[in-house]
Amino acid sequence: MIYIFDGSLPGLLTAVFEWFERKPGKAVLKSIEMFQPEAFAESFTVITDSAKADRVWTGLQKKLTKASLRKFYCSYLSEIPEASNHLFHFSIYIFKHEIGAEGNYGNEHIMALAKYAKSVEREKHRMEAFIRFQKTGDGLFYASIDPDFNVLPLISNHFKNRYADQQWVIYDLKRKYGLHYNLETVSEITIGFAEGINKQKPAPGLMDENEALYATLWKDYFKSANIVARKNTKLHVQHVPKRYWKYLTEKIDV
Amino acid sequence: MSDRIREKLNILADAAKYDVSCSSSGGTRKNDNKGLGNSHVSGICHTYTEDGRCVSLLKILLTNHCIYDCLFCVSRKSNDIKRAAFTVDEVVDLTMNFYRRNYIEGLFLSSGIFKNADFTMERLLLVVKKLRLEQNYNGYIHLKTIPGASDELIKEAGLYADRMSINLEMPTEAGLKLLAPEKNHADVIKPLDFVQKQIAQFSADKKLIKHIPKFVPAGQSTQMVIGATPESDKDIMYTANAFYRNFSLKRVYYSGYIPISNDSRMPVLGTQPPLLRENRLYQTDWLMRFYGFKVQEILNDANPNLDVDIDPKLSWAIRNMQHFPVDINQADYRMILRIPGIGVMSAQKIVQARKFGKLRIDQLKKIGIAYNKAKHFIICADSPYQLKDYQGTQIKAFILAESKSKYLKTDNNQMLLF
Repeated sequence: MIYIFDGSLPGLLTAVFEWFERKPGKAVLKSIEMFQPEAFAESFTVITDSAKADRVWTGLQKKLTKASLRKFYCSYLSEIPEASNHLFHFSIYIFKHEIGAEGNYGNEHIMALAKYAKSVEREKHRMEAFIRFQKTGDGLFYASIDPDFNVLPLISNHFKNRYADQQWVIYDLKRKYGLHYNLETVSEITIGFAEGINKQKPAPGLMDENEALYATLWKDYFKSANIVARKNTKLHVQHVPKRYWKYLTEKIDV
Repeated sequence: MSDRIREKLNILADAAKYDVSCSSSGGTRKNDNKGLGNSHVSGICHTYTEDGRCVSLLKILLTNHCIYDCLFCVSRKSNDIKRAAFTVDEVVDLTMNFYRRNYIEGLFLSSGIFKNADFTMERLLLVVKKLRLEQNYNGYIHLKTIPGASDELIKEAGLYADRMSINLEMPTEAGLKLLAPEKNHADVIKPLDFVQKQIAQFSADKKLIKHIPKFVPAGQSTQMVIGATPESDKDIMYTANAFYRNFSLKRVYYSGYIPISNDSRMPVLGTQPPLLRENRLYQTDWLMRFYGFKVQEILNDANPNLDVDIDPKLSWAIRNMQHFPVDINQADYRMILRIPGIGVMSAQKIVQARKFGKLRIDQLKKIGIAYNKAKHFIICADSPYQLKDYQGTQIKAFILAESKSKYLKTDNNQMLLF
């Protein structure tokens, strides 16, 4: 039996509800985008229902520790196609067993979630580290990113707490939405970029008059802090994979 | 103006880089005054230099003018280098502007000693007070304690800094006397002890009174230079162990000596820094702090130096084969931690997972243990039956045969024929 859902988190949770309602035996969950009709396989289309989804989520909250719930949410944000099926079976396993079953790392779905969560948390942590704000002429601090996973929901609080006294925007170019902090609250925004504009680095004329100076000082500092006798390119690239270099002021040549 | 500040930054960052501490963890400062900065419990490395070291803090000296002439230090009085000094406002401005752009986690401020200890400590204190009180800055601050500064100044600094540190420099008193005759370990111990007692006092008061200011919430650390003087690994780690115990240090750093002078008492210029040795010392440090090993188990009179070709945990296991094989499904957590190829995270997963059934090889691999190393030391549900009892030396040969050290290029003892 193939369960087909719309790809959303409420959709996934509804699918779990429907499985317990129908008990169809062995089932695989696929999102509508990934679904290709197979011969000899029955399918069932899940209609997302927020009431059902809420019941499942409340149930998971009762059965799981906070840390496990977070792994669940992170796995969803990974947007990896196979993750939804693991989340589906993970939920079924948790509801079928006593509290504490999430510690069974011998189970493939529990282990899969642990792995997805690890990747997503690492990407989240990288964004907290590698985002570089540029100060614009009107005092707004702007950064653009294109993370491997959808981590904006996970980093929002960190940046809100840290940069409480400055307005900032972090924009996900890949997913075409961003976060804006207006000194009070963080809200989701979408930006309509003009044709041909550099989304990563706004034109110098739009920047704060000291932006170039601090960027230069930071590059200088980065060079001075290096110890040539200890050069270790492999380790350097391992810590800062090349795909992130485009964010980093210190790695971009003038 | 911008040229002068660039030059200063280059000189004073270059002089500060031999201090290896870059940790920004353990801070507990919250942004509750709607200012700038909020500490992150595990710290954040914002970038890595080309030598692979993390950059978390803006690490600078206030000045590299110094009245001392320590042979291992680039800023020593007799060294013919460019000198510079930041003003208090320059340091504050750089810190705030770097922090606002998410370049850094905070400031690591150290200094050469100019005039005297109190005069230097006062200047450092001015910087941190200005950041905290005028700029509402809640980011991380790591401040050097200047040996010989008055208790009042050190105590006041502790109210604004997250971490304080003083470097032992050389692992033994004899080593220090050789290269820096004007210094001694007692000068380091006195302020370390003073700060430690203050931390203890503040945390005791906190139990009684709710609103007590923070005092060095991320604790103290120190650093030793490795390979400039002829101490054994045992000397180094026994000193580290004593400092961890006596002063509740958060970290001891080991810094492989990079030749900076041509004095006959030290390795000559151009000598490779002892990177592999440094790595083995850190591994030992981790075994002491997170794996429940006593330093005497790893280093003792029979084994005064760490193995170069294998890590210290494997080395211990091979010397103590009577403890192995360990049954993954039965053994105590503390014993699982001692198995080569199993780290803290995997050990925790193993003791959780085995409650649900006996673990097999494929599950252990998925949990993430280094199975090829661990297999010589464990039994699990489907371990192959073994007729032969291998000796430790044989196991070492097996493991070396199938692993390739990342240090091999610098550590190739094999002779080339042509």
